[in-house]
Amino acid sequence: MRALTWHGKHNVQMDTVPDPEIINPRDAIIRITATAICGSDLHLYDSYIPGMSNGDILGHEFMGEVVDVGRGNTSLKKGDRVVVPFVIACGQCFFCQKSLPAACDNSNPADKADASEIAFGQVMTGAFGYSHLTGGYAGGQAEYARVPYSDYGPIKIPDGVEDEKVLFLSDIFPTGWMAAENCQIERGDTVAVWGCGPVGLFAIKCAFLQGAGRVIAIDHHPNRLALARANGAEVLNYHEVRVREALQEMTAGLGPDSCIDAVGMESHGFSPDNIVDAVKTSTRMGTDRAHVLRETIMAVRKGGTVSVPGVYGGFADKVPVGAFMQKGLTLKTGQTHVQRYLPALLEMILDGRIDTTDLISHRLPLEQAPEAYRNFKENQNEWTKVVLHPE
Amino acid sequence: MTDRPISTDADVDSSAFRDSDLHEGRHAADSLRAILIRRPRSALYNYWRDLLNLPVFSETVKSVEVLDATHSRWVVEGPGGKDVALTSVVTEDLADRRIAWTSTQGSDVDHEGWIEFRDHPFGRGTEVRLFISYDPPGGVVGKAIAKVMQREPRLQARRELRRFKQLMETGEISTSRAPDAAPRGSRHL
Repeated sequence: MRALTWHGKHNVQMDTVPDPEIINPRDAIIRITATAICGSDLHLYDSYIPGMSNGDILGHEFMGEVVDVGRGNTSLKKGDRVVVPFVIACGQCFFCQKSLPAACDNSNPADKADASEIAFGQVMTGAFGYSHLTGGYAGGQAEYARVPYSDYGPIKIPDGVEDEKVLFLSDIFPTGWMAAENCQIERGDTVAVWGCGPVGLFAIKCAFLQGAGRVIAIDHHPNRLALARANGAEVLNYHEVRVREALQEMTAGLGPDSCIDAVGMESHGFSPDNIVDAVKTSTRMGTDRAHVLRETIMAVRKGGTVSVPGVYGGFADKVPVGAFMQKGLTLKTGQTHVQRYLPALLEMILDGRIDTTDLISHRLPLEQAPEAYRNFKENQNEWTKVVLHPE
Repeated sequence: MTDRPISTDADVDSSAFRDSDLHEGRHAADSLRAILIRRPRSALYNYWRDLLNLPVFSETVKSVEVLDATHSRWVVEGPGGKDVALTSVVTEDLADRRIAWTSTQGSDVDHEGWIEFRDHPFGRGTEVRLFISYDPPGGVVGKAIAKVMQREPRLQARRELRRFKQLMETGEISTSRAPDAAPRGSRHL
């Protein structure tokens, strides 16, 4: 099959690789019909994430048709159309049973798990196409993918709904939803969102759906600000205004009730402390750039909540922990517990309560993925979200 | 431009992975690890006590031949990837609680281990603790071998328990190994 593979910094290519196979009884093989490039894929593209090997297949936002199912899966059958969560979770462990699938204890294979246990204290959960730290699973920017625990993760899509409408159930829609939920929004709250990329845009939509009275969105790309505005947000361009002063003024001195950091480490790299020298070299070490995290803590009102869907990897310098404590803040964060949200979010799409496609800027054949990566990185104003279709 | 494969793969052999709190045991290299498994104590004990099950989830125990009620012959992947054979005798067997074993004379390597099963105090399942230890073959320890010895049982115990937990909780063992489970492309064939 054809697949988008990683070959070093700023070097992704389309390769012909072996088709995936059923290995475990609960596996399924999906013929992929739509797949997307995520902002976090750019960290892989920039070669900032340790644990990558030549030839790894990328991609963690995908959907398609079940073409093969292991004998241990009785809930999926050939021909089913499914969206696959980017998080791989077993459904049986302590964390899955607590509805925390993004903390699953079993999906990271035993031979891959050491690195993240050393980096973070316990083992990271498995995910598709995101380095050996998350298990080294082949990703979904390809024609086929092997999906472990396929009786627990993938959600079936009814006929008559286009792929594009549901594709983002794989990652960014639940991520935006959880980001808003983590704000603990009360009716009429003002929510400030940093980053108007796809996650930020979904966070804006979801904040309104969860009862926010106002959403203030912060970015500098004109097109992304326009998308935010089209979704009901008031926008601030941080190249033109002093964000914190503007937020104080707009909220009559109170500060926003909650703040969402949908930016994360600013492509300065995953920086686990002293994992290996090779990692230091490849990441050109520094601490994570935590500028947005700092700003959200300083900007939010006293007693408010900071919600962090943005990805961080290592250590941050000069986080205002004094402000955090003295203002009595709550910080909620984490990789998205996708499986937990899927049924309710699918209902919302089918009921027409949310537009999940307005952020798509480009639709391309999978063969053009390498070009798409380059543009997605270099032309962020024009390229908001890329959906790829295998031929 | 070097011809080494491009990779940012974290190298597990790096000194950065060395556990600094090495446990000093009777043998040259040993380890203790604990894990929580959401299955009843008796189910876990019964599965492990049937030694023929060990090769199902263990990456080091390649085969087990049961000789009698307490003795069995194991082929184990030893340090450096070489197979070693040992005859194991079960020295303690407390039903649903603890199994201990040790290698007998005539084994390629001195090996002992024990596993304990305890109820989690608040009903989250079973706490499983595994201890394995061995002396290097021949008792003569080169510096390089000793270094490997220090790390291998710790890594082994950690991985054995993880695979055992995966099997007991999910019915399968997680894998992403290329080429079957994770097909990979390469331009440097």
